[in-house]
Amino acid sequence: MMASSYNAKEEDGHHSGSASHGGAAVVKSKKPDNTAFKQQRLPAWQPILTAGTVLPAFFVIGLIFIPIGIGLYVTSNNIKEFEIDYTGVDMNSACYSCAKNFSWNSTTSCLCTVDFTLEQPFESNVFMYYGLSNFYQNHRRYVKSRDDSQLNGDMSALTNPSKECEPYRMSEGLPIAPCGAIANSLFNDTLKLYYLEANGTRNEIPLVKKGIAWWTDKHVKFRNPGGNANLTAVFQATSKPVNWRNPVYELDQDPENNGFINEDFIVWMRTAALPTFRKLYRIIQKKSSTMPTLPSGKYVLDITYNYPVLSFDGRKRMILSTISWMGGKNPFLGIAYITVGSICFFLGVVLLIIHHKYDTRSTGADIPN
Amino acid sequence: MHPLLFLQCAGAENWVDNRTVYIGHKEPPPGAEAYIPQRYPDNRIVSSKYTFWNFVPKNLFEQFRRIANFYFLVIFLVQLIIDTPTSPITSGLPLFFVITVTAIKQGYEDWLRHKADCSINESPVDVVQQGKVVRTQSYKLRVGDVVVVREDETFPCDLIFLSSSRHDGTCYVTTTSLDGESSHKTYYAVPDTMAFRTEQEVGSLHATIECEQPQPDLYKSVYTCSPKIFVFLPSAVAVYTGWTPRWRFNYQSKSQKRSAVEKSMNAFLIVYLCILISKAVINTVLKYAWQWSPDRDEPWYNHRTEIEVIRAFTDFLAFMMQKFLGSYFITWDEEMYDEELGEGAQVNTSDLNEELGQVEYVFTDKTGTLTENNMEFIECCVDGNVYIPHAICNGQILSAEHEDLFFRALCLCHTVQVKEEETVDGIKRGIHQGKPTSFYISSSPDEVALVEGMKRLGYTYLGLKDNYMEILNKDDEIERFELLHVLNFDSVRRRMSVIVKSSSGEYLLFCKGADSSIFPRVVSGKLEQVKARVELNAVEGLRTLCVAYRSLSESEYVEACHHLTEAKLALQDREQRLAQAYDIIERDFVLLGATAVEDRLQEKAADTIESLHKAGMKVWVLTGDKMETAAATCYASKLFRRTTQILELTKKRTEEQSLHDVMFELNRTVLSNRSLKILIQQLSVDCLDFGLIIDGATLSAVLKPNADGSGHRNYREIFLEICRNCSAVLCCRMAPLQKAQIVKLIKASKEHPITLAIGDGANDVSMILEAHVGIGIMGKEGRQAARNSDYAIPKFKHLKKILLVHGHYYYIRIAELVQYFFYKNVCFIFPQFLYQFFCGFSQQPLYDTAYLTLYNISFTSLPILLYSLVEKHVTMETLKRDPSLYRDIAKNSLLRWPVFLYWTCLGVFDAVVFFFGAYFLFDNTTFTSNGQMFGNWTFGTLVFTVLVFTVTLKLALDTHHWTWINHFVIWGSLLFYVIFSLLWGGIIWPFLNYQRMYYVFMQMLSSGPAWLSIILLITVSLLPDVIKKVLCRAMPDSLTTSPNVTLTKN
Repeated sequence: MMASSYNAKEEDGHHSGSASHGGAAVVKSKKPDNTAFKQQRLPAWQPILTAGTVLPAFFVIGLIFIPIGIGLYVTSNNIKEFEIDYTGVDMNSACYSCAKNFSWNSTTSCLCTVDFTLEQPFESNVFMYYGLSNFYQNHRRYVKSRDDSQLNGDMSALTNPSKECEPYRMSEGLPIAPCGAIANSLFNDTLKLYYLEANGTRNEIPLVKKGIAWWTDKHVKFRNPGGNANLTAVFQATSKPVNWRNPVYELDQDPENNGFINEDFIVWMRTAALPTFRKLYRIIQKKSSTMPTLPSGKYVLDITYNYPVLSFDGRKRMILSTISWMGGKNPFLGIAYITVGSICFFLGVVLLIIHHKYDTRSTGADIPN
Repeated sequence: MHPLLFLQCAGAENWVDNRTVYIGHKEPPPGAEAYIPQRYPDNRIVSSKYTFWNFVPKNLFEQFRRIANFYFLVIFLVQLIIDTPTSPITSGLPLFFVITVTAIKQGYEDWLRHKADCSINESPVDVVQQGKVVRTQSYKLRVGDVVVVREDETFPCDLIFLSSSRHDGTCYVTTTSLDGESSHKTYYAVPDTMAFRTEQEVGSLHATIECEQPQPDLYKSVYTCSPKIFVFLPSAVAVYTGWTPRWRFNYQSKSQKRSAVEKSMNAFLIVYLCILISKAVINTVLKYAWQWSPDRDEPWYNHRTEIEVIRAFTDFLAFMMQKFLGSYFITWDEEMYDEELGEGAQVNTSDLNEELGQVEYVFTDKTGTLTENNMEFIECCVDGNVYIPHAICNGQILSAEHEDLFFRALCLCHTVQVKEEETVDGIKRGIHQGKPTSFYISSSPDEVALVEGMKRLGYTYLGLKDNYMEILNKDDEIERFELLHVLNFDSVRRRMSVIVKSSSGEYLLFCKGADSSIFPRVVSGKLEQVKARVELNAVEGLRTLCVAYRSLSESEYVEACHHLTEAKLALQDREQRLAQAYDIIERDFVLLGATAVEDRLQEKAADTIESLHKAGMKVWVLTGDKMETAAATCYASKLFRRTTQILELTKKRTEEQSLHDVMFELNRTVLSNRSLKILIQQLSVDCLDFGLIIDGATLSAVLKPNADGSGHRNYREIFLEICRNCSAVLCCRMAPLQKAQIVKLIKASKEHPITLAIGDGANDVSMILEAHVGIGIMGKEGRQAARNSDYAIPKFKHLKKILLVHGHYYYIRIAELVQYFFYKNVCFIFPQFLYQFFCGFSQQPLYDTAYLTLYNISFTSLPILLYSLVEKHVTMETLKRDPSLYRDIAKNSLLRWPVFLYWTCLGVFDAVVFFFGAYFLFDNTTFTSNGQMFGNWTFGTLVFTVLVFTVTLKLALDTHHWTWINHFVIWGSLLFYVIFSLLWGGIIWPFLNYQRMYYVFMQMLSSGPAWLSIILLITVSLLPDVIKKVLCRAMPDSLTTSPNVTLTKN
C-alpha cells in the first residue's frame, strides 16, 4: 500500500513537473491572469436591504421630509395671488363685446375695463402674469415652427428662414421676420393697472417690463440682426408676421427692448409645457419699505383687447402674485413632501414591527437546530 | 485473381439504393456493360456557414430573424419614409452599429471555421495511381481512389480495407472519434486482395465494389468507417478504397442556437410591441378626434398626416456587449485552466451564457468525458485473499493453493497481443516500467489492464510464439503453455475461455467472465469469500471479473475438441451451435478468484455528477460502450447509487419479451413507485430513485415510426414518461446520430427542457450540436468536439463551475438586464405617452432629441452593462458549496410573466410619478424666485433628470456586489449626465438649427423647488421597490435567489 501511494506520487510529481517545464513558455501566455477582476474576485461592498438596514433610512427620510414639507406649505400659503379672467365669455363681463366682435383681421383695437378688489395688501414685489387656457403652445408643429438662427440675428436666416416656419415663412414674396407660428401668434393684449383711490381717481401703477425674460435669452439667444440700432433698415426686406399689427422693429420705442430682443416677444417664444399656462407680463416693484406694493382696495385693469381666444375656446387671465424663494403659489410640493415623509415614517414603524417579528422568528427557528 | 471484389447482386430496380465503385477508377471497357458514371460528392469538409459571396445576404437574413433587429429595421424604414417626430438617425444609427458588430463577429468566427476546414481539407493523403504512390490533398480524394494509410494516421474518409503490411491481412483500428471507444479493433482485409503487397499489385487491380448508399446508422452500414482511425502497425500499408461521404453523415449541420432567455425576451418584446402599436393607434385616433372639433382649424395643427412611430429601444447593444464581454470571464477563469493541457476554457458562442444557468438535462459521453479512458488493475482476490500490485513486494503472499493457478489463468486467458515498439504511444506510457520496448494491445482495454496487473504481480506474459504462450513467472522462469482453443468472448455468455496444455501435459481450461456467468457454473472453490469481495468491488464502481478453471482429462479434452470443431465447421446456425458447444465445455469450474479493474474516472467526476444531481439536473450518460462497462462507470461516478433501482430496456430483454410488454411493465413500475414516493416523502425517508439502462437497438425500436401510428407515439410517450421519472439514464451502444436523436427527443418533450451535451470526441459532435448547450472537452481525441461546441472545457469537473457558478451568475445577470431594460424603457416612454394627452396628441417629444438619443446609449447603458458583468448576489464559494441554489433559477424563474409584470408595473408607476410630479409642479405657477416662467423643455428636462436618476439608482438598489467598477460607473454616469446637460445647454451650438435647450438645465438647477421636487420624485419612485425588497427578505419563505443567510455569512 505504501509503495503504491509513493509511486503514484512520484509519477504525478514527475508528470506535472515535466508539463510545466516543457510548456512554460507556451503555457504562460495561455494561462489566464490571476487578477481580481478576471477571476471575478474584486473586493466588494455587499449591502443588503433588510428591514434592519432600511429602517433608519425610512425614519431619517420621514424626519427630514416632514419639516421641509411644512416649511414649503407655509411658504406657499403666505404667497398672495390674485387671478381674474377677462376673456369675456359671460354676457355680463366687461370684455364681452370685445371678445364677440374681435378677430385677427380687425384693425382697430377694442378696449375694455375690468374692476377688481384686492382684499389683502401685496407686500413685496408683485408679478403680473397673463394666463391662457386651452392654448396648445406645446403642439408639435407649433413648437418647431420657429427659426432660432433668425432670432439669433443671423442675416442669411433673416432673408431665408428655415422651412420649419411653414406656413408662416414667406408673406407676399418676402420672408417673415420673425417667422413661424409661435411668433405669429404673439400675445398682444396690453394690460394697464390702476389703483382706484377712495376719491375715485385712477392711479396708474408703474409696470416694469424689464427682467421678465431669462437673462440668457435676452442677451445671448435672441439678437437683432446687425445690432440694435437702425432696425428699420435691417428689417427692410422682410415682412411682418401675418397676425401682427406692427412690424417687429416697432414693438417698443426703447432700442434695448425692440426687435427680436423685445422681452414680451422672448417670453412668448418660450413655449409653455401645458395647454394652460401663464407668462410673466410685468413686474410691480416695491417702492418703499413702509408701503405695500399693492395695498388692498379697488383696482382697475385696462385691457387693449387684441388677442382672440374664443375661436379655440380659450380663456385669458390676468394674475397678480407675490413670489417667495420657492416661486409662486404651489401647495403641491409642500403637501407632497409631508405625505411622502409621513408614509416613510409610517413604513418605518411597520417595518420595525416586521423586523422585530422576523427576528424573533428566526432566532426561534435557530434554537432547535 | 477475381476481377470483382463483390459480385453485383442488386437488381436494376434498386439501382439507386446501391452504388458501384470502380477501384482506381478503372472503368470497364466500353460496351461490356452499360456503365452509368455516378456522381459523388467530393471529400471536402465544410463546417463553415458562409462563403465570401453569400456572407452579406445570409448574415443579414440571420440577423433580422431576431425580432429586436427586425423591429428596429421596420422602425427605421418607417422613419425614413414618413415625417416623424424624431429623426431616423436616432434608431438607425444604433441598429447599424449592432448589425455591423454582429456581422464582424460572426464573420470572424466563420473565418476561423474556414481555416480549420482548410487545414483538414489540405491534409496530405497518399493515393495509389497507376501503381505509384502519389501524395495529394484530402479534399481531392474521389470515390474509388486507393489510399495508403500508414501507422498512426487518420483516415481521410470512409474506406474499405484491401490489404495490410501484416501477413495475416489485419490491422488495428481505433474508432474513438466515431463511437468513443479507444480500444483497438481488429479489421481483416478483403480476402481477395489480402495478398497484395506492393503498390504495383494494387494498381493493377481491376475490381468494382457493390455497396449500399451511405447510411447514417453507424452499426448498420456495412462499410461506414471514420476518419479518426489509427492503424496500429509498424509501417502498415493498409490500403482502402475511399468513398464519401464519411462521418459528415453522422454530423449535424450547425445552426444558430438561441437561448431561452432570448426567447422569453422576444415574447416580452412582442407584448411591448402590441402595447406600443395600440398606443400609437389610440394616439392617432385621438389626435384626429381632437383635430376634428371645428375650433382646431389653426393652420399649424393640420398640416400633414403623420403616423406616430414608436420610440425604439436602442440598447440591445448592451445586451450584445454583455454576452460578448461576459463570456470572457469563462475564458479567464483560472480554476478552469488545466495545467497539463495548458489551456483554459474556451467560449465559441457567446449567445448562450445564460443558458448555462438553465440546464435541466445533462447528456454526457462516457469515455474520455466521465472516465479518463485508462484502465488500471486495482486488485485481485484469490480465494478471498486480496492482492494489490506493489504491495506484493512486502512478501506477505499467503500461499493460497490456487494462487499460482490464478495468476497463470490471468496470464493465459486473454486475447492480448504483445507489440514490440520503440516509440511509445503516449496513452500507454507508464504502464510498462520494466520493458519499455514492448506493450500489450487488445480489443479489450480490461484485458490489457489485467495482463499489466499480472506483470506487476510478478507474472509477465511474453507473448505467443508458435502457438505457445510464454509466461515469465515470479522466479524468472519461462513457462510455456500450448494454446489449444480460444473460446471467444461474447456479450451473451459474458465470459471467455482458453484451453491450454501445460508443459507437464495437463489440459487446463481457464475461464474468466462476469460474476453472474461464472458463479452458476462453479462446483468448488471459496465461493462465498470471492462473492463478497466482488460485490464490494462492484459497489466501488470497479469492473470485476471472476476467474475459474477446470482441469480436463485427455478424454474430456478430445470430447471438447470434437464439439468445437463440429460447431465451427457447421454451415448453418454456426453461432448457435458454437454457443451450445461452449455451454457444454464451460462447466464444473473451480473458482479461483476475482479481479478488479478500474476505468479511472476523471478527477472529481463523481463529485461533479453529485452536484449536478443536487442542482436538480438529470444526468444521462450516452455511450457507444458495452452496457456492463458503462454501468460500472455509472456506479463509480455515483450516477447510479446503491439504492437506485435499475430498469433495463435492452435488446437482451426485448428479445425475451416484446418491446411493448417491457415498456408497459417499466412504466407501471415507475408510476406505481411515484405514488409510493409521494407517500414516502411524507414520511421523510430516503426515497427510491430509478436508473434506466437502454441500448441503441432498443432505442431505435422505440423511436421507430410504427406501422400503426398510434403505437409509435405511445412508445415514445411511454419512454419519455419512464425517463422523466428516472434520475439517471444510461444509454449504451449509441451511434453518434442516435445520441443526437435522444437529445432531440428530450428537447421536444412537452416541458421543453433545456439540454446540455458534453463530450470529447467526434462521435459526440452531433449531440453537442443538437443540445441547447454543447460543451466540448479538450481531450486526447482531437479537437473535433471542442471546435463544434459552444463552450470547451479542459476537464469534466469544470462542468460544475461553468454551470453552477458561471451559469448561475450569467442567468441572474441577464435576467436583470432584460427586466431592467424593459423597465427603463417603460419609464422612458410612458411619460411621453402621458404627455400626448396634454399636447393635443401631436407627438410632441417630451425630451430633447439629444436626450432621446443618448438615454439608452450613454446615460443608462453603462451601469446596467457593468452590473450584468460583475454582479454577484452570492459568492462563488456559496454557489459551489450549495448546488441546490441552482434550482432557484431553474425554469427561467427570473423571467416569468409575474416578474415581468412586476417590473413593468414598477416602470409604469415610476413613469406616472415622474410625469405627474412634474405636471403638478408646473401647474400654473412659477418656481423661480424672479417670477420668470419655464417652458416645455424645462418640463421635459425635469422629467428626464428624475428619470435618469431614478433608473440608475434603482439599479444601485439591485446591486448586491459593489466593486469599485460599480461605484465608478453608477456615479460616473450620473455625473456624466449632469455634465453633458450643462454643456449641452451651456453653448449656442452653431451646427444646430434650434437652440431649444439653451440654458434650460442651468435655469432649472437655479431653482430651489426644482431640486426639491427632483429629490422628492426620485424618493417616491424608488420607494415601492425598496419596500418590496425589504418585505421579500423579511419573509423567510421568500423565493429570492439569495437567502440572506448565505449572504450575511460573508
